[in-house]
Amino acid sequence: MKLNAKSGREPLFHITKRTDVPKWLAWTIRVGAVVVALLIGAIVTGGLTGGSGFGLFFKDLFLGVFGTPRRILNFFQNTAMMLIIALALAPAFKMKFWNIGAEGQVLMGGLGCVVCIQYLGGKIPEGALIFIMFLVSMAFGVGWTVIPAIFKAQWNTNETLFTLMMNYIAMQLVAVCIYIWVPSGSAVLGVLPYGHFPQIGGYNYILNIILVTVIMAVLFVYFRFSKHGYELTVVGESVNTAKYVGINVKRVIIRTMILSGVLCGFAGLLLVAGTNYTLATDSVQGRGFTAILVAWLGKFNPFLMGGTSLLYVFIDQGSTQTATDLGLGGYYADIITGIFFFLVIACEFFINYKIKFRSFRKKQGDVLPETPVENTEKSAEEVTA
Amino acid sequence: MKKKILALVLIVALVASLAIALTACEPTGDKNTLIFGPEDADITFGLICLHDENSTYDKNFIDAARAVAESEQVRVIVRTNVPEDASCYEAAADLADQGCDIVFADSFGHEDHVIRAAKEFPNVQFAHATGTKAHTEGVANYHNAFASIYEGRYLAGIVAGYKLAEMYGNGDGAAVSAANAKIGYVGAFPYAEVVSGYTSFFLGVRSIVPNATMTVRYTSSWYDPEAEENTAKMLIESDGCKLISQHADSMGAPDACKAAAGIPNVTYNISTKDSCGDSYLVGSKINWAVYYAYIINCVRNNAEIAADWTGTLANDAVQLLEFGNTVSEAAKAAVEEAKAALKAGTLEVFDLDTFTITIDKTNSDPTKWKNGNALVEGMAADAKTGSGKLVSYMADVHTDAAFTGDTQVVHDGYFAESEYRSAPYFDLRIDGITEK
Repeated sequence: MKLNAKSGREPLFHITKRTDVPKWLAWTIRVGAVVVALLIGAIVTGGLTGGSGFGLFFKDLFLGVFGTPRRILNFFQNTAMMLIIALALAPAFKMKFWNIGAEGQVLMGGLGCVVCIQYLGGKIPEGALIFIMFLVSMAFGVGWTVIPAIFKAQWNTNETLFTLMMNYIAMQLVAVCIYIWVPSGSAVLGVLPYGHFPQIGGYNYILNIILVTVIMAVLFVYFRFSKHGYELTVVGESVNTAKYVGINVKRVIIRTMILSGVLCGFAGLLLVAGTNYTLATDSVQGRGFTAILVAWLGKFNPFLMGGTSLLYVFIDQGSTQTATDLGLGGYYADIITGIFFFLVIACEFFINYKIKFRSFRKKQGDVLPETPVENTEKSAEEVTA
Repeated sequence: MKKKILALVLIVALVASLAIALTACEPTGDKNTLIFGPEDADITFGLICLHDENSTYDKNFIDAARAVAESEQVRVIVRTNVPEDASCYEAAADLADQGCDIVFADSFGHEDHVIRAAKEFPNVQFAHATGTKAHTEGVANYHNAFASIYEGRYLAGIVAGYKLAEMYGNGDGAAVSAANAKIGYVGAFPYAEVVSGYTSFFLGVRSIVPNATMTVRYTSSWYDPEAEENTAKMLIESDGCKLISQHADSMGAPDACKAAAGIPNVTYNISTKDSCGDSYLVGSKINWAVYYAYIINCVRNNAEIAADWTGTLANDAVQLLEFGNTVSEAAKAAVEEAKAALKAGTLEVFDLDTFTITIDKTNSDPTKWKNGNALVEGMAADAKTGSGKLVSYMADVHTDAAFTGDTQVVHDGYFAESEYRSAPYFDLRIDGITEK
């Protein structure tokens, strides 16, 4: 332990990695964090409404998600859309390639679909159109991921900035295309008459939900059992190790980003052909960014990510309903989901790390105080003194 | 470790007991909810808004709904922040699921999604503001509504003209120099609703200040406070505009005018007299309560609802907002006079004698033509260019993707806005207005 050069004392606190947290405890803490997040959300709601909102928060949260069959279906649809984007990000993040451009990559996938509909819609059979949309959306998605991947692999550019900037280019491209396609100048494309996914059992979105579930399972197998999955994990852990064992790092980076792009493009297809039947610059609704948190919290394990997506969408959709019922305005749902993310991420920190405060009792060696948290105030006083 | 778990359990227990204690409080009523009106009302009215009450445009719809809940004794449920995609269809269907008899959406891009819901719920009446498709779509329970807001903007323009005359012409509009007769306009998107609005406002100003010219800058968003404020600043500082009006929905432009002393502002939808003081001049709005009451009573009495409804000054659907502190009595009198003339039909906002246009069809790409569907006096039908008094305009009244002109909307010496369809179709760029 390094001592402070001036005072000769230990630093006020230091952080050490925990290895001893049993699984059951870690999960108890996680569940606890979610519960606490909900309680804080309820307290905030109560504060905003003068007390009455506290109980209504829980009621509206559940009614907003499970109140009607349509809301339940929407819940799974929104989860599927969040999950597919999180799944698209996971391979890159596992490789420690910080792709924060999913918003633009998905939008490009959507743009690919709309290009097909605009120029081929009505001229070829609907089935063929959807097949072409499938291919083109993936090509567009791959285009938007493989450019930063090549730059990263060849010239080691910063992929975070690169992918972020590509988002804005994608949005402007969509804006320009809509400007060209809509001569009235209203910038509203409207519902396109072609290229709709078929309904299953008379319901919208069922196909989206099935497809995303299948991709979740496939990606799990890919990560867990394939050589590719192993290689990208090794590259993520240590590029030098990967090189040493003979992995072609450049190839893995580009290959993995192509996979990411395929999935982002596919998410764009689901958004246009399976959900909105139209496109606007804000069609992805920020999911490209939220999905980063969702993927991270799911530890890039496809099934866990399914769980975190469900949880996030539950809180988001439920708090949107609360905002409507209690008149809390547009930012309310963001506050509630913000609280949720904050606590869940904070709890991950405390599961993985331990904060050790300086020992004040004159004991031999490095013995920790038994209740370290209680000492915080005292130690702060000492520092100022 | 045990102590930590104990601490955690204690915290959870503490918060939980707090929760139970607070839950015991009875709800304190509807004071700030987005659900208005009596619970046992015979009619439930669902309102879908693109943004929330921070947007002046949506606030106007929500305020009218609150008023109608009281006056017509209906239950109103408002859904805010509904984007123009499948979320709008889901919101409309969800409101129908909740037992709404009428579902009304407020933004142009909601239209197709509302039509989708209308087809699915034939027993619920769906209505949509600013939309264009109800009269051609053939969906019996889908309706469009808008108002001749260009009349309101024209009246607001008269007030603005008087202001410029007082500030720069000693009360005489004709004495205002060209440099001082510059007005700026913050628009959302370059399409008919906005173009019709700024042109009528401009013609109102020019009826008092003949030298007036206008610069229009677009934000490409309906609600973007920062962009609107910056655009207004640019109009004031770079373009030298002496007065600003806007057709975008935040407080951006009014705030910019307040900050730049001596720049009056003409608003849309809400008065900013309280927050902006003397920089607020006047404004206009559509009073949606009139249409809400109409459609509610149609449903109540099982009467047929017009596929396309246009509110006017005469039926109080178009209103001029309160006058600002600095508006002169002369201006108020002139507004009353013009209002009476508009109501009587002796004055037309788009009187062909009050403006000229320039036509340019030289580009090989028809989408880049300027005023391509128009003809001016003495111009051959196949001429590429022309300039002067408008004599013919084929408007895209029956909406199609290619935006083809299908209806002659010029007759009896004026451009007949909102006569063939409630939503505006005046999208001519007249001389004296520059778009940037």
